[in-house]
Amino acid sequence: RGSGMQAAVGLLLLLLLAAAVGPVRADAGRARRDALREELLLSPLPAGDVAATFQFRTRWDADLPRGAVSHYRLFPKALGRLVAALGVRELHLALTQGFWRTQAWGQPPLQAPAGAELWVWFQPTVTDVDKAWKELSNILSGIFCASLNFIDSTNTVTPTASFKPLGLANGTDHHLLRYAVLPREVVCTENLTPWKKLLPCGSKAGLAVLLKAERLFHSSYHSQAVHIRPVCRDASCLAVSWELRQTLTVVFDSFSSGQGKKDWSLFKMFSRTLTDACPLATQSKVYVDISPKNKEKELLEVTPVPSSLHEAVVQGEKRTYAVYDLLSPSLFNTSRSLNVQLKWKRPQDSSELPIPVLHAQRYVSGYGLQTGEISTLIHNTHPYRAFPVVLLETVPWYLRLYVHTLTIITKGKENKPSYIHYQPAQDRTRPHLLEMLIQLPANSVTKITIQFERALLKWTEYTPDPNHGFYVSSSVLSALVPSIITMKDTDMEQSPLFTSLFPSSDGSSYFVRLYTEPLLVNLPTPDFSMPYNVICLTCTVVAVCYGSFYNLLTRTFHVEEPSRGGLAKRLANIIRKFRGVPPL
Amino acid sequence: ASAQLQLAVPVAVVFAPGSVPGDLPKPLPFRDVQEMEISVNLRTSVTSHYEMIYRRTTAREEAALDAATAREADAALHLLQDASLGSLTMYVVPETSSLLPQGISVYVGKHRSALVRAGGGLAALHTRLRQLTQVMSFSASSVSAALSDRVPDGHLGPGARRHLKSSLGYEITFSLLNPDPKSHAVDWDIEDAVNRYVQPVLDKLSLVANFSVDSQILYYAVLGVTPRFDKESSSFLLSAHSLPHVINPVEARLGSSAASLYPVLNFLLYVPERSHSPLYIQDKDGAPVSTNAFHSPRWGGIMVYNVEVPASPQASLPLHVDVDMERVMEVFLAQLRLLFGLSREELPPEFLLESPGNEGLADWELDRLLWAHTVENIATVSTTLTSLAQLLDKIGNIVIKDDVASEVYRAVASAQRALAELAMGHLHSAFQASKEAVTSSERAFFDPSLLHLLYFPDDQKFAIYIPLFLPMAVPILLSLAKIVREARQRKKEPTKMD
Repeated sequence: RGSGMQAAVGLLLLLLLAAAVGPVRADAGRARRDALREELLLSPLPAGDVAATFQFRTRWDADLPRGAVSHYRLFPKALGRLVAALGVRELHLALTQGFWRTQAWGQPPLQAPAGAELWVWFQPTVTDVDKAWKELSNILSGIFCASLNFIDSTNTVTPTASFKPLGLANGTDHHLLRYAVLPREVVCTENLTPWKKLLPCGSKAGLAVLLKAERLFHSSYHSQAVHIRPVCRDASCLAVSWELRQTLTVVFDSFSSGQGKKDWSLFKMFSRTLTDACPLATQSKVYVDISPKNKEKELLEVTPVPSSLHEAVVQGEKRTYAVYDLLSPSLFNTSRSLNVQLKWKRPQDSSELPIPVLHAQRYVSGYGLQTGEISTLIHNTHPYRAFPVVLLETVPWYLRLYVHTLTIITKGKENKPSYIHYQPAQDRTRPHLLEMLIQLPANSVTKITIQFERALLKWTEYTPDPNHGFYVSSSVLSALVPSIITMKDTDMEQSPLFTSLFPSSDGSSYFVRLYTEPLLVNLPTPDFSMPYNVICLTCTVVAVCYGSFYNLLTRTFHVEEPSRGGLAKRLANIIRKFRGVPPL
Repeated sequence: ASAQLQLAVPVAVVFAPGSVPGDLPKPLPFRDVQEMEISVNLRTSVTSHYEMIYRRTTAREEAALDAATAREADAALHLLQDASLGSLTMYVVPETSSLLPQGISVYVGKHRSALVRAGGGLAALHTRLRQLTQVMSFSASSVSAALSDRVPDGHLGPGARRHLKSSLGYEITFSLLNPDPKSHAVDWDIEDAVNRYVQPVLDKLSLVANFSVDSQILYYAVLGVTPRFDKESSSFLLSAHSLPHVINPVEARLGSSAASLYPVLNFLLYVPERSHSPLYIQDKDGAPVSTNAFHSPRWGGIMVYNVEVPASPQASLPLHVDVDMERVMEVFLAQLRLLFGLSREELPPEFLLESPGNEGLADWELDRLLWAHTVENIATVSTTLTSLAQLLDKIGNIVIKDDVASEVYRAVASAQRALAELAMGHLHSAFQASKEAVTSSERAFFDPSLLHLLYFPDDQKFAIYIPLFLPMAVPILLSLAKIVREARQRKKEPTKMD
């Protein structure tokens, strides 16, 4: 394409055409069928960090997969064509650097596992799902400059219970679902640029001006995602609209960068301020989480004065948000730019962290390079309610799981899972898939352990840096967590975007998806220079043997007459002369 | 690779009563073959056979030729012809016929026929017919443009490399660039415009390739050049020499077509920013271009669409703009024709070409495209297979899978069939066969198993065994040196004895 471009530009020719000006057709005021809403949520985290979550939602009242639509306005053409051509019903792609520390930071608005995560529901009309999946991952890898083309059958699974469609769906035949995680994937600027290019305003206007790569990647956690799903067009739900949701979450360590103070401002975090809304957006808002913690009010102060306050129950907690509406003209009356600042009125001790109801850890234990054990600890800190959780484990084939060693222990007693789905691995073709529905009693820790044996790989199968170890992707916990406060049924269309990706079934519980740490496992690794060393050594031995043998065969022996000696002898004789000793 | 192509064009020359030249060699009807040799380079040459059939008009054709105007006659005659692609029918009308306007002696219709005014004897008629067949089928320049990869540089005109390479399909993308959405809310009814103006042309072209059309609107997409302000006309100007720099920054925003491998034709409509409007394109002489558009060969076209500034400066922003699609599509369609190499060449003044009407191109223009694409496809297949053979020669131990081999066999067979069909004058089947040949040869060439990087080069194998070869070479070389020294000494010794 590059050379074609050059040829094209090189041969660029002027074209002179005679054009007749036709009559102007007045056809104004067509109804807009697509809309963009943008939103930034700033939430101070208990440990002193600040999480910033950007959400850009493009809604399009059109029927994409029929292929009938080929004229795009706000919806990016690259993704639209992909959805139409490959029969995608739902697509979720997340690229993440770092790990969301649930214990210290609380429940994330949208968590993603470290590396790249892709899960896709295909339309029932797709006959060869595996082929479409392969093609899709290759195209996405091109669009997002990520190594998604390394997704193949060895890291793809079809979960039966964990990943239900988030959008409209009739029937959930899980054969149409594919899920893959690449934990080794490193996310950087080259992934952010194509992601920003999908936004209608790019990074030229609106909230996206804050997305400056050098700041975003100077953070503790960076996660960017693309979610495409069909949604109801209206309350009656007779027609389908398509929703593209681009989210980006960053966590800034404002505590260490701000000289021990927990105050922050937009400028300090992004080195930019907001000057306008994206002119194409129908909604452009900044939310700041100013929920009073520990019943103490008026601890913090936000400037400038917010346009309004919004109260909502998010993930079982009552939250208060200061709202800045970038589309309201009064906001930019006093100053040309908006720099949201937050100051703490008095130093807050961060000793008492609110512990999230559900959190989990995972680690690998054991010694030596033959066997090991994966342990997962799931905490339910709810004081009186028990709830079930679906655990999904994907383990690569080169860790051979011993399923008979699977133990689940809660409060010293064995906990029998009410549903278990295990698909054993096949060498070099597919990974282990283990899905379990486990009941977590109130105020308990559940420990799940399983032993494995490390397989020997062929020498070409090792990754470029094999002594670094091999990653095992995060396990996924999906649960309906009982809420302490009952939630109102709010109008989905009007509520802030960050609440509406996961559908909530009723007011008494909310959906949480958590990812544990990815594991790094050492495999028996050969010395890769050994073949060359062996070649060198044997070659030298052979060469030396050959040399002396050759010498013996070709040498002619004859008696040497005593000569006057070489240079050394002459030198020695000169010295002897000086010393007065007879020469040699 | 050397290639000898034979192209056969069936041409029927039909004499209306009163137009038969007196010096015909044989009585009508008779057949005759005329040859033309086109030499592209030393090893590639194209021979064209014009298989002429001379006959008199039938009664129905005579009736059709009685029409008042040439256009009506053309429409009536179209119903009487066999519609096979590539064949031409030329009706010779009497010198005094009023069918053709004054001063016009050749009329080319919308389909595959032409009207020629008799007169000047057989020799004059022959030169005229030859000119006409070259216009309606192919000429030396159109064939060498199709084989432009084989023509040495500098032997081609600037226009020859303009048109698109032959491909199985093309993607046409219309993009509206609005760099200033705060001031201009631009709307275009592209769906209707595509159905109304572009689709008829593509329906006609569907014989040549598959087409897909889509459109997008890109905001904040700016040109790579800052236009120059001209005080006299109080407008902004883009000069011709800065146009090559316009496309690259826009290209980054256009987005590649991820879902298919066909070449993309881009047509961009650029609505300049409020601070840079009105914006006009200047040609090389500094005069403004009347269409305010330019095209880039093998890439697409760009048109600048200026928004009329409202009389009152206080008009509320953003300004609502509805694009006049007829004006835009006219330019884009003309550019599309140019990109496909369908520009009408310079013709002598006595030639009159019927305008193709709503369909955008005449039947014989389609034939021209098919001739050129068939020749180009065959040349591409031979180039692809030659480089594949070169690769296989270079790596002795490369593994050729059965499916790759069968693709190569299929490509060769299809290419040979295409050549045979071309020599017989069956344009349509020749084109189909050449398409199959291209598909098969590309599939074989791009097969992932034929990557030369998969194979160890021999010099690296040698490098691994250097620790063996080097110490072994030392005693051998030393003893060789010794032998040489001894031989020299032995030669010297007898002279010493003397």
